[in-house]
Amino acid sequence: MYGLIAAEASIFTIFVVAYIFYLGKSATGPQPSAVLRVPVFLTVCLLSSSLTIHFAGQSLKRGRLRPFTFWWLSTVLLGGIFLGGTAREWRHLIYDEGLTIQSNLFGTTYYSLVGLHAFHVVVGLAALTVVLAFALYGRVQREHAERVEVLSMYWHFVDSVWVVVFIVVYLIGR
Amino acid sequence: MSTVPLTYDGAASERRPLGEILHEWVTTVDHKRLGILYILFALTFLVFGGIEATIMRIQLIRPHNDFVSPEVFNRMFTMHGTTMIFFAAMPVLFGFANYLVPLMIGARDMAFPRLNAFSFWMSAFGGFLLYFSLLGGNGLYGAGSAPDVGWFAYAPLTSQTFSLGHSTDYWTLSVLLSGIGSIGTAINIIATVISMRCPGMTLRRMPLLAWLNLTMAGLVVLAISPLTAAQLMLLIDRYLGGHFFDTQAGGSAVIWMHFFWIFGHPEVYVLAIPAFAFASEIIPVFSRKAIFGYPVMVAATLAIGFISMSVWAHHMFTVGMTAASNGFFVLSTMAIAVPTGIKIFNWLATMWGGRIQFRTPMLFCIGFLFQFLIAGLTGIMLSAAPFDWQLSNSYFVVAHFHYVIVGGILFTLFGAFYYWFPKMSGRMYNESLGKLHFWLFVIGFHLTFDFMHIPGLLGMPRRVYTYEPGRGWDLWNLIVTIGALFQGAAIIIFLANLLWSRWHGPAAGSDPWDAWTLEWTTASPPPEYNFAVLPEVKSRRPLWDLKHPEDPDWHYE
Repeated sequence: MYGLIAAEASIFTIFVVAYIFYLGKSATGPQPSAVLRVPVFLTVCLLSSSLTIHFAGQSLKRGRLRPFTFWWLSTVLLGGIFLGGTAREWRHLIYDEGLTIQSNLFGTTYYSLVGLHAFHVVVGLAALTVVLAFALYGRVQREHAERVEVLSMYWHFVDSVWVVVFIVVYLIGR
Repeated sequence: MSTVPLTYDGAASERRPLGEILHEWVTTVDHKRLGILYILFALTFLVFGGIEATIMRIQLIRPHNDFVSPEVFNRMFTMHGTTMIFFAAMPVLFGFANYLVPLMIGARDMAFPRLNAFSFWMSAFGGFLLYFSLLGGNGLYGAGSAPDVGWFAYAPLTSQTFSLGHSTDYWTLSVLLSGIGSIGTAINIIATVISMRCPGMTLRRMPLLAWLNLTMAGLVVLAISPLTAAQLMLLIDRYLGGHFFDTQAGGSAVIWMHFFWIFGHPEVYVLAIPAFAFASEIIPVFSRKAIFGYPVMVAATLAIGFISMSVWAHHMFTVGMTAASNGFFVLSTMAIAVPTGIKIFNWLATMWGGRIQFRTPMLFCIGFLFQFLIAGLTGIMLSAAPFDWQLSNSYFVVAHFHYVIVGGILFTLFGAFYYWFPKMSGRMYNESLGKLHFWLFVIGFHLTFDFMHIPGLLGMPRRVYTYEPGRGWDLWNLIVTIGALFQGAAIIIFLANLLWSRWHGPAAGSDPWDAWTLEWTTASPPPEYNFAVLPEVKSRRPLWDLKHPEDPDWHYE
């Protein structure tokens, strides 16, 4: 998993570099400062899901299954809220502001970078949901703690990428 | 260990129905079978790439030749480069890593056997996809079949405007797929080396081949991923109408170069480090001496891996970078010669005073030492930015990197084939044919690539489909093409030798070379589980300790 994370990190690095390189190089509008709103609530949701998944892992290690399921479920919900929020943001950008991936360089780089991250959230959510289903059927036991830990590592990675994306796109980029 | 029964051998498997055997190979997750599949796949593509190279050389044999059209020539050099790097060189090295790393560190398989099979099939289908472009690349526009944008596919040649049809899509998708396969295998190698070593196999006792493949895998993880990202961007540009590399909308063609060469230069070391690994195993055995300077070899390898991440823009001196970045990339490129030089001296010191046996694998490694040195020297010449301004994209560069890849990497690879063939097949190859292969290939190699430097110095650019007579290039091109024919003949002898010996060679026994690493304790070919009892290791040369209990290595390490 560390290997995969290293590989993924290097893919994200390239996209972030491209984003920064193309900041302010768009030939036509809309420009980021005009259309982007800072998604504070979504960021809080995603980052706190890192915390809940950590609590879930701790509970499983001690063999406490009910708190595990609760914390795991909250992680899935928080991740879902984040994804839904991104969808709403994109809808706003596409329909209200007319920014698509074809509009200009900002559109191209923005949708690729945020989309790449959202894709990782989707993959992570799918995996989390599978574990949740197993947990609800009582198939996740203490001896699976190590495997669950690997998945939670991936989720932490997705969250930490968001920190970078957030800073680059919404703080520096505006 | 010779009492370990064989679970399968050539004679027994021939009696079973073909469908069953095929099914077994297609569904296998055994690291040895996947290794062999990787190698066979790569050899097939090596032949394809070789045919493409031969077509180019025939076209260039004399000025104004019309053996192929300019369009076909463009496709040939694109397919040749892409095939050789992604579908011949990398798979064959992954194949050897797959086969040898678990055996050498005393493991029963790779860490993730199913990921291993997945990675292999990703790479394999990437290769098939690339060649399917010959059928499907036309698209609706009838605009050419195979990709023709060059193996580094500079923007804006790859944009929809300049590359109609689907040929570029086939290129980018096949490279993307093979990249995913490579990353999977690299992660697998890292996990295997870190967590599957047998008792006593500390990092300081690990065979150099395992160390070097670990470094290679780390480089793959860090270097192939940027390529994957760049291919995603290209796909976004081509399919979704993005503007990453679209200069009309403010995008940049230069950034594609950066992204490509951030992959492209470490890639050279992804290929070269496993080649160093073969040399580091073969040279000591045939010099009858332990490797000289083991810790320094490991350190030099890590240094090469580290420095190679920061030299990519020496491919781009002619783009027009600032003086500061030119200076940085000149110095970092020159710095990489230091650890490489250390390695060459260590191999020489290993041979020094040894009782050298000039068997075929050793001959190839000695050839490698000389040729890699020359390749390094022309590399130093090209690393000087002003020199590069003069000769960039000339045949001098082509000669230089073929010296690295053929003279360095392919030579040790041939050595590795002959050295481990007895282990993989259980049979010995024919030594006279092996030596004939070596000498023919040496002659062909030097005819081709020594003389290729000269038209480069005289100003002949690469990738031209023909040239004017009377520029002093004619004779050199003729010689270069004649050399290519020698190389082709040598490869045919090599393949014939392997095929014939696979079924008719004399039995090899478990340890034909009197070698020292763990793979030679198992039967040839090794049983599926590799080791009935996991071995316990006390030094860098466990078999030496077994054979010489009165004077074991661990007294000296």
